[in-house]
Amino acid sequence: MNVHASDGYTTADGRQIGPVVMDLKNITLRFGGVEAIKNISFDIRQGEIRAIIGPNGAGKSSMLNVISGFYVPQEGEVWFKGYRRGPMKPYEVARLGIARTFQNIALFDGMSVLDNIMTGRLNRMKSGFLSQAIWWGAAEREEIENRAQVEKIIDFLEIQNIRKTPVGRLPYGLKKRVELARALAAEPQLLLLDEPMAGMNVEEKEDMSRFILDVNDEFGTTIALIEHDMGVVMDLSDRVVVMDYGRKIGDGTPDEVRSNQEVIDAYLGVAHD
Amino acid sequence: MIDQLIFSAEVFLNGLMTGVMYALVALGFVLIYKASGVFNYAQGVMALFAALTLVGIQQGQVPFVHLINAIFGTHVENFGWNVPSVLAIILTAGVMVLLAILIEKLVLQHLVGQEPIILFMATIGLAYFLEGFGDVMWGADIKTLDVGLPQGISDTVEAVTAEWVGYGFFIDRLDIWASIIAAILVAALVAFSQYTKQGRAMRAVADDHQAALSVGISLRFIWVMVWSIAGFVALVAGIMWGTKSGVQFSLSLIALKALPVLMLGGFTSIPGAIVGGLIIGVGEKLFEFWIGPLVGGATENWFAYVLALLFLVFRPQGLFGERIIERV
Repeated sequence: MNVHASDGYTTADGRQIGPVVMDLKNITLRFGGVEAIKNISFDIRQGEIRAIIGPNGAGKSSMLNVISGFYVPQEGEVWFKGYRRGPMKPYEVARLGIARTFQNIALFDGMSVLDNIMTGRLNRMKSGFLSQAIWWGAAEREEIENRAQVEKIIDFLEIQNIRKTPVGRLPYGLKKRVELARALAAEPQLLLLDEPMAGMNVEEKEDMSRFILDVNDEFGTTIALIEHDMGVVMDLSDRVVVMDYGRKIGDGTPDEVRSNQEVIDAYLGVAHD
Repeated sequence: MIDQLIFSAEVFLNGLMTGVMYALVALGFVLIYKASGVFNYAQGVMALFAALTLVGIQQGQVPFVHLINAIFGTHVENFGWNVPSVLAIILTAGVMVLLAILIEKLVLQHLVGQEPIILFMATIGLAYFLEGFGDVMWGADIKTLDVGLPQGISDTVEAVTAEWVGYGFFIDRLDIWASIIAAILVAALVAFSQYTKQGRAMRAVADDHQAALSVGISLRFIWVMVWSIAGFVALVAGIMWGTKSGVQFSLSLIALKALPVLMLGGFTSIPGAIVGGLIIGVGEKLFEFWIGPLVGGATENWFAYVLALLFLVFRPQGLFGERIIERV
């Protein structure tokens, strides 16, 4: 298999990976005098699970924030589905079909799990607010369709028993899962996960890994994720970008990356003479 | 004794009506609090500003007339026309939307993601600005507002009660209309915030800005929308209070009466604002009627605040407010 071929490739487990969906070219992001991202280029292909890894402070989250529009890079180009994206507001990016989760969970604590997930579908509701307010005509049909889709996701992520619970009352691991559900509800073309397994115990990590694989498998969702845990990343992802101090130091299959000397140095440290 | 009970019933009814008026002001606070987690100190001034603008447009006043005359040495007084009430109300609503857009652009936009206390301070500044602005724009004299709402004693209520209990109740027709309008307003607002896409987005924005952005909600649109609605509610409250007691600058102080209402009803509940308003309205009138004479009267000035204090001690989230959930 040649993961660097231009028209896609087939993974070891037989999944067909398509053309490039997101192409980042020479991205540089500065905060004042600090360069958080230094001239990085990489792409994300249709249907693949793409990981961004690196030590603390490597610029992984900044990279994800560039893709989701929360940060606008000073230099470089962001291409999505063959079009160059100008500077955009995060909500405009979301409307293009890019959904995300956050490292430190951003949910609507006062709302129930169901309502939280429904917010993921806000942009799919087209009927007028008057007919929505009185539950009439197109609004009714639309709400039923949206609810059906949300129920499917709730089933899929096995959170039926907490659907009416206010999110603020849930334990950490479940909150992470609800956040994933909300992102999925938007039926995104690109799903960004910022440390989906941070702070979880082994069992929760295994659950989350399984869900990520299932989402990719079942819905064919393209996923880009950031993760600390090397073991998890290597098992999950098709291709890995490795960052260190804002630079890209490796890019390829998990095996390629594992044997890359620069990556080994970044993770294990290296003796300087 | 029976007389006392009949009088109490009349006081009770009047209390309900007063409560509705309090609730109208409280509603505006709840709306903005729900959508941005901010206590909008300027809500009372917005009601005043709306009422001033309405009277100004109605009577064909030239805005900034003193300023214009002072600068250009002219002697303009007014346009010399009278705008019909309905048209004037629509125009004023337009002005309130414009105000919402300006507030978003000049104030809120620069404070995205800040602590609620910072936004609260900004609304204090807004209140003082708007009060002065209203003064410059429309003049400081007391004006009477008449949009054609019926006023004075309701003969029907008097006749019916006279027949049933042998004593004609005094109920102001304006208060009855205020109740009807408030009921319609609340029903519309509840339906809007609970069942529409924009309502759901509004609640989402109140909870978490970042998360709202990530699901494709435009903060600017929601804020302009919410402040427009709050401006409209302020207009309704301004019309009611302005008709009742004249359009004057002390109108902005009715906002203070809304505070205990909110503590009772909960800052996040639209029905809570209504129930809270009714409880305070009835409570203070009945208290004044029964206990007032024993303690030398004037209890209406403090009753609401003492009641609110008790609520703060025993049920800080109010009757209908969202439970404050804190996981440790």
